[in-house]
Amino acid sequence: MTVAPAPAVQTVISEAWGQPNSHLISEYKKRGGYKALEKALAMEPTAITDEIKRSNLRGRGGAGFPTGLKWSFVPKDNPKPKYLAVNGDESEPGTFKDRYILEYDPHLMLEGIAIACKAIGAHKAYVYLRGEFKFQAERVDAAIKEAYEAGVFGESVLGSGFKLDCYLVRGAGAYICGEETGLIESIEGKKGWPAVVGLFGCPTVVNNVETLASVPPIMNKGAAWFAGLGTDKSGGTRLVCLSGTVNRPGVYEVSMDTTIDQLIHDPKYGQGMPAGRKVKAVIPGGSSAPVLTADETDVALEFEALKMKQTMAGSGGVVVMDDTTCMVRALWRVTRFYAEESCGQCTPCREGMPWMTRLLRKIEEGLGEPEDLEILMNVAASIAPFPPIGLGNTICALGDAGALPVQSFVMKFKHEFEQHIAEKRCPHGDHPWGHFGDWA
Amino acid sequence: MADPVFSPDDQKLFDSRLADILTRYPADRKSAAMLPALRMMQEILGWCPPEGLRLVAERLEVKPERAYEVASFYVMFHTEKPGKYVVDVCTNLSCSLRGAEGMLAYLERKLGVKAGHGNEQWLLREAECLASCGTAPCLQVNEDHHENLTTREKVDAIFANLG
Ligand SMILES: Cc1cc2nc3c(=O)[nH]c(=O)nc-3n(C[C@H](O)[C@H](O)[C@H](O)COP(=O)(O)O)c2cc1C
Repeated sequence: MTVAPAPAVQTVISEAWGQPNSHLISEYKKRGGYKALEKALAMEPTAITDEIKRSNLRGRGGAGFPTGLKWSFVPKDNPKPKYLAVNGDESEPGTFKDRYILEYDPHLMLEGIAIACKAIGAHKAYVYLRGEFKFQAERVDAAIKEAYEAGVFGESVLGSGFKLDCYLVRGAGAYICGEETGLIESIEGKKGWPAVVGLFGCPTVVNNVETLASVPPIMNKGAAWFAGLGTDKSGGTRLVCLSGTVNRPGVYEVSMDTTIDQLIHDPKYGQGMPAGRKVKAVIPGGSSAPVLTADETDVALEFEALKMKQTMAGSGGVVVMDDTTCMVRALWRVTRFYAEESCGQCTPCREGMPWMTRLLRKIEEGLGEPEDLEILMNVAASIAPFPPIGLGNTICALGDAGALPVQSFVMKFKHEFEQHIAEKRCPHGDHPWGHFGDWA
Repeated sequence: MADPVFSPDDQKLFDSRLADILTRYPADRKSAAMLPALRMMQEILGWCPPEGLRLVAERLEVKPERAYEVASFYVMFHTEKPGKYVVDVCTNLSCSLRGAEGMLAYLERKLGVKAGHGNEQWLLREAECLASCGTAPCLQVNEDHHENLTTREKVDAIFANLG
């Protein structure tokens, strides 16, 4: 299959990756670092927020919410302290982009944090990293120390009189803490059960790492430039995480009109499929995003375009499954994750996810009965409706995240599920994932 | 009197680091330091024993149940003493597509424990996505990350130096 090369893009976020010592403040300043913050400190907070609004920056954590609008919701006359909570939980299967920002360019995020805090009037920011990010936590910890020494954080940010403290908080292994209210509960030292109030009962903005890393370039080069890089409704470039069966998995910064086909086949990105294999299915935005068939991959990796296909851009995790993949086994793996990670607060999710996982395992093992598919779809529908039209029957979107894959896999690859049940076995035998590695 | 949780030196270290962490939170929200406190304790003791949970709860002025609730909610906290090495193997979709299930089976044979089980030496677990999907398959040993584990040789190399 031939695909036109994806249009060349400016590297807005990944510019420094791979350069020696890119994580140090000295190198960051050589690249012009902390100039955007200087500019922002001289501006009225509302002017910063307006600039971000005009840039059309949308949140990169999963929901794609307009960032400037989110900042403008913080009440100005509320006497309570305000907080910024930075979401570095990066736990949606298939997502591994924030990791590289944290490793290679932590100051880009820290500068974005300082600008965001100035805009919303927050004097404390908490950077929450998933517990498994040990190396990344060391990098961020060191970068925060450097930033304090350079006067970026502390009593008077770059001598402006604006006070700002920034702290690293490490999680301890729970997907639900990536959900923004679960994140807040976890920063408060609790188990991550989604709730509705802000951090310590105060107005709080939660933003993803990549979202904040996009802020300094906007302040440097202007909202119009950033907006111009993207589509009508979504500014900038974005990081996409390509994984699964492709020749060159990795994180790539792409323009919003780059299609899934281009991402997979372009020499600059995925470099095509392993010899003899074809694309069977692609998950476009983290494992909770409804799956696409090989016929549906000529679609831009952008919020609105993917919504038209009844799926979502989500967290940018693009997972490619080739024609040797068993779709029942693949869905079992996906569903098992949500069953393990359900926090247990809402009944449909707590009971439904393990139930679906058991049904899928049963089908995969050749023990499925004809009525199982209907039961599976009924359980999924009791958690969240398909296509996604907003929140399902649970407090947070983890329910939707686990139900949507089930519904889309079964609808689009029904014959494979039926074949498992009819033949009373997995047609792929001992190789549900094709052949990868020699572990025998 | 019950045995002390820490040695005198460790106790000093724990208390001074905890005092520093407490400055990061509002004065009436000491319990916010729960995750860092549990992590510190686990770094010293290797796990979160019941008497340790009581100590943390006391320092943070909450009931012991609260410390236990938090410790048992997060998979990285061990409320039961694990083997010397905790081996977390990612078996989520992207890793499985590149051989993680085969790698896990290999490790079960190599270490002589089944996934989800352990002995004095090893605790072998299936981990949830470790955000390393582009360098799959991957695993962590006592929180140290190893990726691009495409061959037996690479896996063997990790374990060669672990006694
Ligand atoms: C179950 C669940 C898990 C989530 N995990 C993450 C995550 O790991 N990282 C993240 O940035 N956002 C995650 N989100 C999205 C957050 O709730 C939130 O929308 C986001 O952090 C807001 O930042 P943004 O506006 O900059 O995107 C998750 C949402 C849900 C429902």
